[in-house]
Parts: sequence; structure tokens; C-alpha cells
Amino acid sequence: MRGGAAALLLIAATMASGDGRLSGTAFMSPETRAMQADDLANPGMFAVLEGARLWEETAGVSGRSCAGCHGDGAETMKGVAARYPAFDEASNAAVDLTARVNLCRTRHQDADPLPPEDPRLLALTTFIGHQSRGQKIEPDPDPRLQPWRELGARLFRTRMGQLNFSCANCHDDNAGRHLAGNPIPQGHATGYPIYRLEWQSMGSLQRRFRNCLVGVRAEPFAYGSREFIALELFLADRAAGMTIETPAVRP
Amino acid sequence: MATAMVNIPETAAPGEIVEIKILISHPMETGFRPGMDGKLLPRDIIRSLRCEYDGEIVFTAELHPAIAANPFFVFHLRADRSGEITLVWADEKGNEFRQSGQITVG
Repeated sequence: MRGGAAALLLIAATMASGDGRLSGTAFMSPETRAMQADDLANPGMFAVLEGARLWEETAGVSGRSCAGCHGDGAETMKGVAARYPAFDEASNAAVDLTARVNLCRTRHQDADPLPPEDPRLLALTTFIGHQSRGQKIEPDPDPRLQPWRELGARLFRTRMGQLNFSCANCHDDNAGRHLAGNPIPQGHATGYPIYRLEWQSMGSLQRRFRNCLVGVRAEPFAYGSREFIALELFLADRAAGMTIETPAVRP
Repeated sequence: MATAMVNIPETAAPGEIVEIKILISHPMETGFRPGMDGKLLPRDIIRSLRCEYDGEIVFTAELHPAIAANPFFVFHLRADRSGEITLVWADEKGNEFRQSGQITVG
């Protein structure tokens, strides 16, 4: 009981940043909030557990596991998700956590990259994201990321699709109002990968983007595209200082 | 998959009402949903859940296709004796999974 109350206090502290910015949690029903707050009720915790198992499992020709290089993920991955997307020297590009896991697989483990939204990939990124739960989002300040930052900011305000909406039309201009009976959140990506009740599974931020794009009848960008990484980086800037909740539950 | 997260209190005062929680990792595939190939995905659901307290059945549930993936149950028991609390759930094919914990009352 006391644990439950503490968890609710934690979640209340997590929701608001004190400057008007609110996590999606603030727009949810008390039931869904309670589900997220209790690790024994949050289905996203299965992905965390599975990720912890995969962290130790060897992959590819190298016979190396994530732990083989990075050691105890619960220690070494603290705060990592808070500063992604980050700049990758070798590919001279911005990469998100998902891309980083696959780069590690191909570069260091001699393994095939995992396909987008593969449960193993989601489990690993959820496990890594979870190690930053409670920490503030601190985007990578690398100046080489500037082109992605600008592209992301532009895309966020670009009207797209047959309905001709930009991200900002909903998540800046109409946040807190309703769209077909559902509250429109401010669009702060604080809890990804999320367990979405509608999906009945885990999903990445890029899956959420594709959902929104289909919603406005636009052709979604491809998984791992420059556009999506740029949007992720822009959203990280936009939510800088907000608290990470991974794995969040969303309706 | 037989993973579940279970919360069984380790101790309780005699007569105390305790909360038992179980979250079962399961797709709960309804049998009505087409897969990527357009064919219906075969039904795969948890059919039943029961709780045994010191050998006595104290809670049962029947599950149906309309129940969402990863079913979550919370129920209450009056803790009147020390003993093992076992949760048993079974899938479509009759496979049984169980997880238990010891409660000490006193």
C-alpha cells in the first residue's frame, strides 16, 4: 500500500515539469496511470525482463553478448537513453537507440540487424530505456546534429497528408482538447518504447509516428529514415528536462 | 510463454485481507484476426486461472477471447493460516503453468 502511494507520488512528479509541459501520463485515465505506476501491473515490464535476458545472450558469429562489452546493463546503461538520438562518428549521422542496437549487432557482434519492431529489438531498447527511468531528458548537444535538429523542427510544423495536418497542429495548438473522444497529449516522448493498450504490445516512437502519419492520411516515412531520426531528436529537445518513464503505458 | 509477474505477500496478520496480483505474459490471440498472409491466426488464449491456498481452491476465473493480451488479475484473500499460495493457469492446449509463494500468518 505504502509502495503504491509512493509510486503514485512519483508518477505525479513525473507528469509535470513545472513549466506547463505535461507527459502523456497526465492525459490518461486513473486506471491506466495506476497500471503504469505499478511494476507488477505494467505489461511493459515483460519487455524489460526479456531485454535483461537478451542483454546476456550471445548473438552472431562473434559469440559476444551486449554484456560482453558493456557489462552490467543496469549500471552502464544508466542515463544513456536520456541523451539519444546521438551522433555516430562512423556513419557520420544521427542514430537513435534502436539504430544503435542494430549497429552494435552488425559492427561488434557480427549478427544480422533485427527488423523494425521486432520484439527482441523492442525488448533491448525498453531494457536500456528503463535504466534511465526517473532521469531527465538531456539531448546530445553535439553541433554536428544541427542538420537533424533543423529538419526535425521543420517536419514537426510541416502539414502533411490528405487531412493536411502538421504534428504542431495537434500537439502544440490543440493539446488537451479531444480528437474523436480521445485527449490530445502534448506529444512529449518521455516513455518510449511504450506498451500501448490499443496495440496490445510494445511499440517504438517510430511506430507511433507512423500511426499519426496514417491518421492524417500521409505516406509514413520508413523505419529508421533520416526524417524519423530528425523528429526523434527534435522531440528530445522539446522534452529536454522532462522525466523518462520507460516503459510507459498508453491507451 | 509461461512468464508471469505475481505478487503474493510473504507475511500477514491472522485474519488480514491480503491482495494477490498476477500479470500473465500472453498474446491472447482471439482467432478472429487475420495475419500478414490474410489467413486467420489460430486462437491462442489462456482458458482458466485458479488460486490454491494451502491446497484449497479459493479463486477461479474463466477467460474468453475478448480479454486483452497480458491479462492482469487482482483479488483478495483472508489470510487465516500459513501455507503455500499457488496460481495455476492453463492455455488452450491444456498446458498448465504455475507460480507459488509462501505466506506466513502470525
